[in-house]
Amino acid sequence: MQKITEKHLAEKAKDLLSQGKVSAVLGWRRGEFDYDVTPALFTDADEIENGLVYNCFCGANLSKYLVSKIRAVEGRMLVFLKPCDTYSINQLFTEHRVDREKVYIVGIPCNGMADITKIRNAVGEGITGVSGDECLRVETLYSDEPAELCLADVMSERCVNCKSKKHVAYDELLGDEGEVLDSHRFDEVERIERMSPDERFAFWQRELSRCIRCNACRDACPACTCEVCVFNNPASGVESKAPVNEFEEKMFHIIRAFHVAGRCTDCGECSRVCPQNIPLHLLNRKLIKDMNECYGEYQAGEAVGGVSPLTDYTAEDGEPGDLIRRRDTDA
Amino acid sequence: MQVNEYKPLIVAFCCNWCSYAGADLAGNNRADYPAEVKIIRVPCSCRVNPTFVLKAFQRGADGVIICGCHPGDCHYTSGNYYTRRRMAMLFSMLDYLGIERERTRLEWVSAAEGAKFAATMRDFVQKVAALGENKRLEDLRCKK
Repeated sequence: MQKITEKHLAEKAKDLLSQGKVSAVLGWRRGEFDYDVTPALFTDADEIENGLVYNCFCGANLSKYLVSKIRAVEGRMLVFLKPCDTYSINQLFTEHRVDREKVYIVGIPCNGMADITKIRNAVGEGITGVSGDECLRVETLYSDEPAELCLADVMSERCVNCKSKKHVAYDELLGDEGEVLDSHRFDEVERIERMSPDERFAFWQRELSRCIRCNACRDACPACTCEVCVFNNPASGVESKAPVNEFEEKMFHIIRAFHVAGRCTDCGECSRVCPQNIPLHLLNRKLIKDMNECYGEYQAGEAVGGVSPLTDYTAEDGEPGDLIRRRDTDA
Repeated sequence: MQVNEYKPLIVAFCCNWCSYAGADLAGNNRADYPAEVKIIRVPCSCRVNPTFVLKAFQRGADGVIICGCHPGDCHYTSGNYYTRRRMAMLFSMLDYLGIERERTRLEWVSAAEGAKFAATMRDFVQKVAALGENKRLEDLRCKK
């Protein structure tokens, strides 16, 4: 299998630009450091040559950026999507948030993204550079020799349990077609379910009380595309961090999880961008798991035009109590 | 005699067409149910947004019960089916966060079931009273 690097991406982008098939390219560029890669819009070949990167820090799901960026562009926009990102764009097509005709999707392979927090935990502070893909060389201020790390050891939590290497939407693929994986993404949810209610409460209290209400989870989420958001409403009671107790944290996170229930493509962006490292994807996965158990397997974004379990019903659905009771008898 | 006997605050969302009429019938029949139950009339049980349940807890409710028409009897044909799915997910999520599962309930009560309404409320109030005050979803900003 041919290895796809940022060179291939840049060539493809310049090619399509010069042919006039697309008028802009949505990709990633390096930030101040190697590891703070950020989404970027390119419109000419020089910018792409010097700016476009693709490495294990290109976690950002670009489909979200299409919603706002595509309006500013005449003609089609090229977007590079990793397999899990294509689920998100399918969901955006389903909800008519992005016009299919205006996007040119180039599917790119993904071997999992690195988590800079895990790298920091392994090598310490003062990271000046990170290079490599399978095997990472990490240079720090405090050591002459770069540290060597295996990507598998510092992979983002969401990528450890990757649900699919298959692109579900694309115009063109770079590299080979992947497959939907038999992932263990619900294992952690099951572990929490097996705890006693007191332990569960303590667990979530510990996690959610770190929330600083920065709204990054909402801003990065490709399912959160409302232009007027409930969290900007001062009367919502959860608009800003309250100095009293933990209620608004729970309320905020339940609301957030519910607003994307049945539409969440489980891309894990919420957890990736959380500056407090709250495992937010565990709330979304809980809802996906429950819906799968009760109303049949459904993964939002698998295809354009899917019907979410919460906008559907059958006369034979179980009562709310049945679900919880069944879990008790299983345990 | 206990002077400060703990009385839970219960919010009951009742659909206009079945459960609210069921509550009315309970009253007409002099069927006793605790005064701690505060009824909020909604056009249909599916009018109850999950946020309403959370807001009720925020404002000091110790238990929230949602009552609607029996499946198949919805005035709007299918509202209660959506309620059933939505509330199944919400209750499961609250359970996942470690909130006591007895604090929430969904019950089907028709306009003819005054006795069932009263019995359900008696039972629910008793269960919630046994749990005590709602500490896990309280909001100090809303406390007097």
